[in-house]
Amino acid sequence: MNVPTMAEMLAQGKQPEILFWVGCAGSFDDRAKKITRAFVKILNKANVNFAVLGVEESCSGDHAKRAGNEFLFQMQAITNIEVLNEYEIKKIVTTSPHSYNTLKNEYPELGGKYEVVHHTEFIKTLIDEGKITINKEKYAGKRITFHDPCYLGRANNVYEAPRYLIKELGVNLVEMKRNKSNALCCGAGGAQMFKESEKGTKEINIERTEDALEVKPDIIATGCPFCNTMMTDGIKNKEKENEIKVLDIIELIANAQDL
Amino acid sequence: MQYIPNILFAILLIVGIGFFIKNIRKLIRNIKLGKAIDRSDNSALRLKNMINIALGQSKMVRKPISGLLHFIVYIGFIIINIEVLEIIIDGLFGTHRVFSSLGGFYSFLISSFEILAALVLISVIIFWIRRMILRIPRFWNKEMKGFPKNDALYILYFEMVLMTLFLVMNATDIQFQEANSGNIISQFIAPLFNGFNAESIHLIERTAWWIHITGILVFLNYLYYSKHLHILLAFPNTYYANLNAKGKSDNLESVTNEVKMMLDPNADPFATPVESETNEVPEKFGAEDATDLNWVQLLNAYTCTECGRCTSVCPANLTGKELSPRAIMMKTRDRIEEIGKNIDKNGQFVDDGKNLLTTISTEELWACTSCNACVEECPINIDPLSIIMDMRRFQVMEKSAAPQELNAMMANIENNGAPWQYNQLDRLNWKDEE
Repeated sequence: MNVPTMAEMLAQGKQPEILFWVGCAGSFDDRAKKITRAFVKILNKANVNFAVLGVEESCSGDHAKRAGNEFLFQMQAITNIEVLNEYEIKKIVTTSPHSYNTLKNEYPELGGKYEVVHHTEFIKTLIDEGKITINKEKYAGKRITFHDPCYLGRANNVYEAPRYLIKELGVNLVEMKRNKSNALCCGAGGAQMFKESEKGTKEINIERTEDALEVKPDIIATGCPFCNTMMTDGIKNKEKENEIKVLDIIELIANAQDL
Repeated sequence: MQYIPNILFAILLIVGIGFFIKNIRKLIRNIKLGKAIDRSDNSALRLKNMINIALGQSKMVRKPISGLLHFIVYIGFIIINIEVLEIIIDGLFGTHRVFSSLGGFYSFLISSFEILAALVLISVIIFWIRRMILRIPRFWNKEMKGFPKNDALYILYFEMVLMTLFLVMNATDIQFQEANSGNIISQFIAPLFNGFNAESIHLIERTAWWIHITGILVFLNYLYYSKHLHILLAFPNTYYANLNAKGKSDNLESVTNEVKMMLDPNADPFATPVESETNEVPEKFGAEDATDLNWVQLLNAYTCTECGRCTSVCPANLTGKELSPRAIMMKTRDRIEEIGKNIDKNGQFVDDGKNLLTTISTEELWACTSCNACVEECPINIDPLSIIMDMRRFQVMEKSAAPQELNAMMANIENNGAPWQYNQLDRLNWKDEE
């Protein structure tokens, strides 16, 4: 798989158009790595001039910040910003809404000013520019529901790009009762991903999975590696994993192109 | 002797308004106990938000039924208050319906007041039914016991009584009924008093008039002690609300300074800290008490109407966790009130051994997913999440009291740049794994 790093680019005297920020989940989590690879396949297919930081990338610090550890967050942020600025990065794309949010909103004050886009926004631009067309045959007629990631939706008001891509797949997009700005969280945000939940009557991801099951989808589409994990767990808990797939939008697009 | 009612009225007015002003000054002082935050930017957008959200109630209709009913009560409240102006002039100068010289326009005004009064009465009754008969869950969360529950009911009863008095006052105004113009609703109430002689009817009219204006003044002064303060504070609250993307959490500047020093290769690690000349206590990281919050957060707390829309969409609350964003706001308000009373009593704040954590448990703080649903839902842009975040910061940075699993996660980030125990050098392994 062709994945140039910034260090290699620099050695060749090249500057990529865009940096792909892979994020911790995208780098290490087995499920999320598939999303990462699907995205790279699309980038290569569309001949996008991109690069990754590779071993020079470090945690964005988002989870530390949401946990209240502003020190650790800023240590991470300032270290990352030094690397990004050293490479004169102007534009960043990421598959994680959590990296997206913190890079876009919280890095600028610390000296890291970049144009940051989510992968769904980026792919939409590629389609608009005619650099890629989506195959409508593979998923034609399937019922797909989209779970809005909080850090993409409410946090940054990105609701349309993911839906645009899903519709491009030629599928039947069905909305859950709680969607867009009313969407229910999957339960992973605010560092919850890394701890047991507090005492309660139910897990949040089960509540959200029930929202999805109500609309009887064939596929639950996500745009965040953490939401993906939570929804996948929810579907397993309901013993529906044979009927309902949980896939990132980028995986749907890559699959549709048989990449 | 004939001036006694006028004098009584003037005294009533001065006492009522004077007491109100006194409490408002106290309110402003308490809000200013919060830390500084600059919200003086972008006044055009702020004004626009205030007009849309507070004046125009644009976020109320996210729930259409309560949104519509609230709109009626709100419009009624504003418009019927024009009538209060007439009442004040009549009261002070001994005139009777001083604006009636406006003729047809006056009839139009009074007719619309009467229609609104009837609509408000109906709406308020429906509100009461929703709360007490239909028992809509968000009115029955556990923080809605005792005063908060009664407060909501007192307000409804107050409005019912005020509207009824207004209509009765018009119905028993013989002159007004005889003119038969503008009495669009009260003409149907007037026949109820047919059996009474003119003197009794006049007495009823005067009584209704006096109780009505006294009631308004009492209600005005009740505001400060009640969740109903939102009718005033919704305006500054929407004006000073956060304009950034909801996902943006502030970067603590005090932390930035320290982190930059730590990462500065030229900094002398053995340097003794510069002795502060003013001997001031170093700034706390995060919030332990209400006074560690900024003034906008305190304004938020006073503005909260306890409607519970935030709590009704909170994923943690929906799944039975202890956290309720509304309770966070209520507890913050109760604490800053307590601090204010402490200052009133002692001249300055005297340590009472309490803080925000006396009432807000860490269990509540750690249940939050930072999903922003509460912030999105609030009809007047209150931000409970920012308080939760500031309180988490205190827990982690001042007390090192994060849940164990989060400590492990943070240790991993510190050691190997990822929340899990993977070597940073393996960060690109994914590309060869298929």
